[in-house]
Amino acid sequence: MAKRVMVKGNEAVAMGAIAAGCRFYFGYPITPQNEIPEYMSAELPKLGGTFIQAESEVASINMVLGAAATGARVMTSSSSPGISLKQEGMSYLCGSEIPAVIVNMSRSGPGLGGIHPSQGDYFQATRGGGHGDYRTLVLAPSTAQENYDLTMLAFDLADKYRNPVMVLGDALLGQIKEPVELKPYRKKPPAKPWALTGCAGRPSQLLKSLYLADGLLTEHNWKLFKKYQKMRQEVRHELYRADDAEVILVAFGSVARILRTSVDILRDKGRKVGLLRPITVYPFPDEAVRAAAQAAGRLMVLELNTGQMVEDVRLAVEGRARVDFFGCPPGTIPTPEDLAREVEKLWRKGGGR
Amino acid sequence: MSAQAARKKDLELVLDRPKSLKDVPWHFCPGCHHGVIHRLVAEQIDNFGLREKCVAAASVGCSVFLYDYLDIDVLESPHGRALAVATGIKRALPDRFVFTYQGDGDLAAIGTAESIHAANRGENLTVIFVNNAVYGMTGGQMAPTTLEGQVTTTSPYGRQAEGMGLPIRMAEVMATLEGTGFVARVAVDSIKNLKKARAAMKRAFEYQLKGWGFAFVEVLASCPTNWKMTPEAANARVGGEMAAYFPLGIYKDKHAPKAD
Repeated sequence: MAKRVMVKGNEAVAMGAIAAGCRFYFGYPITPQNEIPEYMSAELPKLGGTFIQAESEVASINMVLGAAATGARVMTSSSSPGISLKQEGMSYLCGSEIPAVIVNMSRSGPGLGGIHPSQGDYFQATRGGGHGDYRTLVLAPSTAQENYDLTMLAFDLADKYRNPVMVLGDALLGQIKEPVELKPYRKKPPAKPWALTGCAGRPSQLLKSLYLADGLLTEHNWKLFKKYQKMRQEVRHELYRADDAEVILVAFGSVARILRTSVDILRDKGRKVGLLRPITVYPFPDEAVRAAAQAAGRLMVLELNTGQMVEDVRLAVEGRARVDFFGCPPGTIPTPEDLAREVEKLWRKGGGR
Repeated sequence: MSAQAARKKDLELVLDRPKSLKDVPWHFCPGCHHGVIHRLVAEQIDNFGLREKCVAAASVGCSVFLYDYLDIDVLESPHGRALAVATGIKRALPDRFVFTYQGDGDLAAIGTAESIHAANRGENLTVIFVNNAVYGMTGGQMAPTTLEGQVTTTSPYGRQAEGMGLPIRMAEVMATLEGTGFVARVAVDSIKNLKKARAAMKRAFEYQLKGWGFAFVEVLASCPTNWKMTPEAANARVGGEMAAYFPLGIYKDKHAPKAD
């Protein structure tokens, strides 16, 4: 059986990355993700890997671009304001089709905001975030164990699609301490014939995102689009006590783990309520949400922001069911009892079938 | 023996296109020095047999088309980030030769932080910094190295010290950093200067190959189109007005042979 350790969520991310063969990490300090660079700075040198504390988030994502272009498994991490700075590099990673893993242990905004948990970066994460028409796969863990598991998966998906993959957590998921089973990584990373290694025994090659000649960029954008369409097969979600539910709650990440307990509280009171938790937020589990809407007749979306994922839920439902929203902007963390109360309030307003 | 064959026999090839330079026509404007500097880089790639052991980080500006001319692996970088990108490449592939080729807007304005910090870390990289005192590709706007009084499309009344500052001397800045090993400023406007430029490039390549750390060659270059000058006048300005403000020479050579 795999070893179990008691670690912080951030450390679990770093452990998952190292297990998946990541030997290059470039970052810049920002709360609440500092345990990731701290762990990497201690562990990577022991494994012959490289840790650089860059001069900025901009520099660190560009170091990622350089190292990942050689075919290595490379990661950076940051938190919201830092992720904004990394968006330039992420756009180039997408445009040049270079795989890498970017972790956002998001905090509150806008601006300097604060260091509280927040889901205010959902739009940025799921809509590309930088300039140009691109997407990144976004995995949203809700436990320290998933921080570990999904970081490993992120490296596989990045290589599979030659695209950056984001792990979207938040301050709660970075700072929480809980047991993590250190599952071994057994996959063999794929060959990367596109990598830049010096052109020994082959023609010289190029990784770029500039296409000036007539029609080439159109072709390139359609090629990327087809890849994003193909990524839809990676969609993942989890259902909790949803079988006979009359209302299904939809939530991701930290708020979803709080809501599990809210569901139990409401079930004890005889309320037939369940939970649908998207694990990939891009691609979004449209079909699962649509099916839940059809089965229950009513959805309630809860987020640690003023309403972002709820738009994806409404797009998926296509008006076939009532979709209510309850938002907790950053600054306080709701308890399971708080959220159970809010769900009951929305319930009393009626609606549904 | 035909007359043609006899002539061919008599003619000895003394200078050829470097093998790492592709046999394609330049797109650069008439009188632009980029082609000359590309050739100098290609000569050293050939000289040290690096064509198949080399990865370059191209930058943004007219310099981006490096990959159209050099027959080597190249990664395109965002504007100003070439030295962060090159850091990533070199750390992942320490036994490959990694260099950047950057213009003044790229290295000395938008990429100042990346440039200074890569130098300060002493990354084992070679930097070719082309200073032509103007933003070329975007159509002739003011650069951090634009000379005082120089008219550009965004300094239509001439660059003034007050409010715009004076041109930044990057070779001098780089030489002050503990992390740099070799720093030189050269020009390619005359045969005499070309020879010195070739020697500086060779030394900058040697530094990386010997693991001696960061090597920086600033090359003063012309941009006749955006300077609105003839190639001849632009060439003269490089060795004249430009070299007067940006003095040529070796600013640092940590491993210079000691005179007894």
